[in-house]
Amino acid sequence: MALTAGFFYLFAALAVASAAMVILARNPVHAVLFLILAFFNAAGLFILLGAEFLAMILVVVYVGAVAVLFLFVVMMLDVDFAELKAGFIKNAPIGLIVGGIVMGELILLFVSGGFELGLAQQPGAPIAELGRDVSNTKQLGLVLYTRYVFFFQIAGLVLLVAMIGAIVLTLQHRKNVRRQSIAAQVARTPATGMAIVKVPPGGYVLPPTESNTKTETQG
Amino acid sequence: MDQLKSYAPILPEIVLALGAMGVLMAGVFRKQVEPGADYVSGWLAIALLAIVGIMVAMGGPGREVLFEGSFINDAFSRFTKVLMLGAAALVLVMSMDALARARILSTEICALILLAVVGMMLMVSAGNMIALFLGLELQSLALYVIAAIDRRNVRSSEAGLKYFVLGSLSSGMLLYGASLIYGFTGSVDFSVIATVAQGRPAAENVGLIVGLVFVLVGLAFKIGAVLFHMWTPDVYEGAPTPVTAFFAAAPKLAAMALLVRMLLQAFPGIASQWQQIIVFISIASMVLGAFAAIGQTNIKRPMAYSSIGHVGYALIGLAAFTEVGTQSLLIYLAIYIAMTLGTFACILSMRTADGPVEDVQSLAGLASTNLGMAFALAMLLFSMAGIPTLAGFFAKLYVFGAAIEAKLYMLAIIGVLSSVVGAYYYLRVVKVMFFDPATTEYMPVERGAGIVMAAATAFVLLFIILPAPLADAALNAARALHGGTTAAVSEPAPAAAARAGAGTVPGTP
Repeated sequence: MALTAGFFYLFAALAVASAAMVILARNPVHAVLFLILAFFNAAGLFILLGAEFLAMILVVVYVGAVAVLFLFVVMMLDVDFAELKAGFIKNAPIGLIVGGIVMGELILLFVSGGFELGLAQQPGAPIAELGRDVSNTKQLGLVLYTRYVFFFQIAGLVLLVAMIGAIVLTLQHRKNVRRQSIAAQVARTPATGMAIVKVPPGGYVLPPTESNTKTETQG
Repeated sequence: MDQLKSYAPILPEIVLALGAMGVLMAGVFRKQVEPGADYVSGWLAIALLAIVGIMVAMGGPGREVLFEGSFINDAFSRFTKVLMLGAAALVLVMSMDALARARILSTEICALILLAVVGMMLMVSAGNMIALFLGLELQSLALYVIAAIDRRNVRSSEAGLKYFVLGSLSSGMLLYGASLIYGFTGSVDFSVIATVAQGRPAAENVGLIVGLVFVLVGLAFKIGAVLFHMWTPDVYEGAPTPVTAFFAAAPKLAAMALLVRMLLQAFPGIASQWQQIIVFISIASMVLGAFAAIGQTNIKRPMAYSSIGHVGYALIGLAAFTEVGTQSLLIYLAIYIAMTLGTFACILSMRTADGPVEDVQSLAGLASTNLGMAFALAMLLFSMAGIPTLAGFFAKLYVFGAAIEAKLYMLAIIGVLSSVVGAYYYLRVVKVMFFDPATTEYMPVERGAGIVMAAATAFVLLFIILPAPLADAALNAARALHGGTTAAVSEPAPAAAARAGAGTVPGTP
């Protein structure tokens, strides 16, 4: 029990500290890295609660996809963070008010006993017919591909549409792009790979284009 | 094998989804065609839509429920599915040439249209909130991409982005409302929500009503009804014209049908609550549709306002909350689709040697240069205005009749008045065509657009002779929905109760 409590305080403290660093770090790349650290600690908290599937999803989806996407955006787009930060002091009072209201609501909820909804008292409540000794992941798998297979399949179609959409809206067929053609490289022989070209006096030779044998001379 | 046989009711959707993937694969493996003019994929898509449409129409009568009530196949869903499959196929027939001219007739747009139609079919068959949301998202995502498909055109990209941002917002609202409904009833299933809401005092339904309002906001956006209509004119104007034609027909029908099914099957017990909302949306849409079209010069913008107005008229049928009301709504939508497709076939034919034109004034003197097209467009616009003996008149007659039967006199009176105002715009276009001197020389009408134009005009003119088949089919469809609410579901009560138990939060005492 003490071990669990120890890990809880470790994860919680690290999560809060790294969350603070996300907004305090000067370098935006560091901020994203701290965000990833915060995600990992939240995943640790989930494991302590017995929700191992949520923990895995958090790492796979948020760290693996979302945070990396953030990194791409931060590194590739020319966002002027100094300018963004300039408005910080000006907007701080409004932010403090909103934060204060949320804080007050949370305290009220806690004091009034609103957290005791019965649901919170038995975390990781099992699906009735399977019992407690089956892991969350297995339980989800058992219903996802049987009872909810219809929704699962439609969700798959939605993702297919998203994929087609992303490709059709962004893929550009540029001309004059030199792509590697492995088959052509492997099939090269000395006979096809070399060509003896006579350079006319005072003229020049253009590099071979499509076929290796044909050369164009001008001059 | 028996297991597979039990999936028969959903077979059309499966065929269409696999067909869409087949079209994509065929596009990959085919020899490189000229980019942007992929007629083969277009014809494949039309054939698929036609085949699936026949499969749906041939489906046996009665009501079948699959996946624990998530998927419902009844007369209502079959009626609307046939309509939307037909509308999608006709849009492709009439606009393939226009798409190819704009260099956007790609394999992908055909596949996206097919997948959007799959989403619409799932929407009208949805039996619970999760299926509703997933079907809606499948359709919407495909539509966002289709709106922006002409990515070299700034206005098309703008239309796509606008549609996407506002659409995501409305999806969020809908999802929030659905979560409230789940929280206050303990189930996402329409029939269980109906039983729970009906079996307790009205005071306990407050949270449920708040959730319902959010869901209605989300759906009002999807049908483009007033207060949530702002995206419609911009998207209609910016998107390529064939895409606009598609938007105005099939997705509107799907979202309306979804709204009708949800309200009638999940919330019949609190009908007096949502009727007020529907009445207000209906009046506001009719009035705005009538007044805002005046003074527009681009022909696609008044079409957008016209579609807003027509949604308002159709909603009268829903506000009535009777079997006749639902029947009138379905008839209205069917006739609206025919008129819209015909009109868009005319708009697609408005092109000169330099390219398409969208200015209303360029129609001047069309009667002297191309009498056939001028006649077709005039008939379609007369029908939209509701001139007697044309189909549009009967559409309005049915909904106003239903409103009077349900004692919604106010709604009927405002409807009649706003249709008089709306007639001004349609008649102005007719006046420009027939009485102004010719200024623009159009290219001859293409075959696909011509066929759809002629078919729609013939339908509008001849509906008076044989209205019975459409009216009977619509009545049958409406009966499936209203019968379903009183007799609960066709399955035995214990099954529904078991589902109610399964749907509640696990672990609650």
